[in-house]
Amino acid sequence: MTTAVKPRIATVSLAGCFGCHMSLLDIDERLLDLVEIVDFDRSPIDDIKTFTHRCAIGLVEGGCANDENVHVLEEFRENCDILVSIGECARTGGIPALRNSIPLAECLDEAYRSGPTVYNPTGTLPTDEELPLLLNRVVPCHEVVRIDYHVMGCPPSAETLWQVLTALLSNEKVQLPYELIKYD
Amino acid sequence: MPEEVTLTIDGKKITAKIGQSILEAAEENGVYIPHLCALQELHSTGACRVCMVRIDGRYSASCTQPVSDGLQVEVESDELLEIRKMIVEMLFAEGNHFCPCCEKSGNCELQALAYRLGIDSVRFPYQFPQREVDAEHPDVFIDHNRCILCGRCVEASRNADHKTALEFIGRGKNKRLAVTGIVDLDRADKAVSVCPVGAILLKRQAFQVPLGQRRFDHEPIGAEVESRNPEVRTP
Ligand code: SF4
Ligand code: SF4
Ligand code: FES
Repeated sequence: MTTAVKPRIATVSLAGCFGCHMSLLDIDERLLDLVEIVDFDRSPIDDIKTFTHRCAIGLVEGGCANDENVHVLEEFRENCDILVSIGECARTGGIPALRNSIPLAECLDEAYRSGPTVYNPTGTLPTDEELPLLLNRVVPCHEVVRIDYHVMGCPPSAETLWQVLTALLSNEKVQLPYELIKYD
Repeated sequence: MPEEVTLTIDGKKITAKIGQSILEAAEENGVYIPHLCALQELHSTGACRVCMVRIDGRYSASCTQPVSDGLQVEVESDELLEIRKMIVEMLFAEGNHFCPCCEKSGNCELQALAYRLGIDSVRFPYQFPQREVDAEHPDVFIDHNRCILCGRCVEASRNADHKTALEFIGRGKNKRLAVTGIVDLDRADKAVSVCPVGAILLKRQAFQVPLGQRRFDHEPIGAEVESRNPEVRTP
């Protein structure tokens, strides 16, 4: 008996809320079908932190809000044949990008100094060098690397993710029915 | 002078009444031409350019172009689809459209057009402009982040409500909607109900229609026009 090598999938949440990952878990018992046909590589689902092999598909939730997001996204592009933006944050910047029309210094001031619930008598801002540096603006993934597919939704429904994944894995065209096309 | 003229849309002959725009004639014949600023009961200003077609080979806004005998109108082509997509993508890139937290989502004509045109990403860099939310009026929000400058509300205030409660000020990328303050905007004004997007909203009405029952949840925009024509299938 030969065991065919299964295609590998990597997933990550950048500047997202993990809602898209929750939606992926929401395919329920079809998860069992999924692990029959794919192996998960780097992903919060199996807690693998670095790429172990080249992957057929990379699913990216969230846009880029800091330099670490950019670095990880570039790594995904290098290691995945097909890179997919999942959800509104990856596709447009989403809710984190609400800060984009406010200067970064003002955002930090509101969050760490002058916000109504902040207690910070010394007025220091977080400066630990372990912390990723914030970008001036939150940007969607396709403004940083080439993205092959965009999946809409906040989050995309489990059915949407299932249809996209099964189409990609069987080399078919991704064609969603109208009712699954949503920006919310 | 004859009351009716004959023209062709994508090679098919249709009859239209003199005085109609190409957009109106097309709709009456079950052909949907995507549009954002034109509204049947208002005077068309040709502001958005989404309704672009080719008339005898020339590009023109179909909402402002009157019908005349023998015109050859092209509506469906890969090139025109691409032009429409670009115009709609520019509207998304130029304003601040956060659909997941917008009260208009599901009932919004801009969003519905993007669905219909198959826009899954915007090719232009998002501008994230700094714009205001005007909540001063007791019953009406004006959220400039979502305004696409279509002019419907200005037109309605002037010619349907017979006020000039709203006007445009500024030019180019500084153009924006302004409340004139000369007369009061009333919650029952037509100007308040015609906005295609979530830029003019009545207060205390948000998210009243549940998901699954909103205007564009099940049928794409334009489907009602196409249902008049048995030969067309909505994509
Ligand atoms: S106005 Fe329409 S396109 Fe803009 S955020 Fe609201 S739903 Fe989305
Ligand atoms: S507020 Fe609405 S109706 Fe008025 S110009 Fe802006 S988008 Fe058009
Ligand atoms: S609908 Fe014709 S220009 Fe806007």
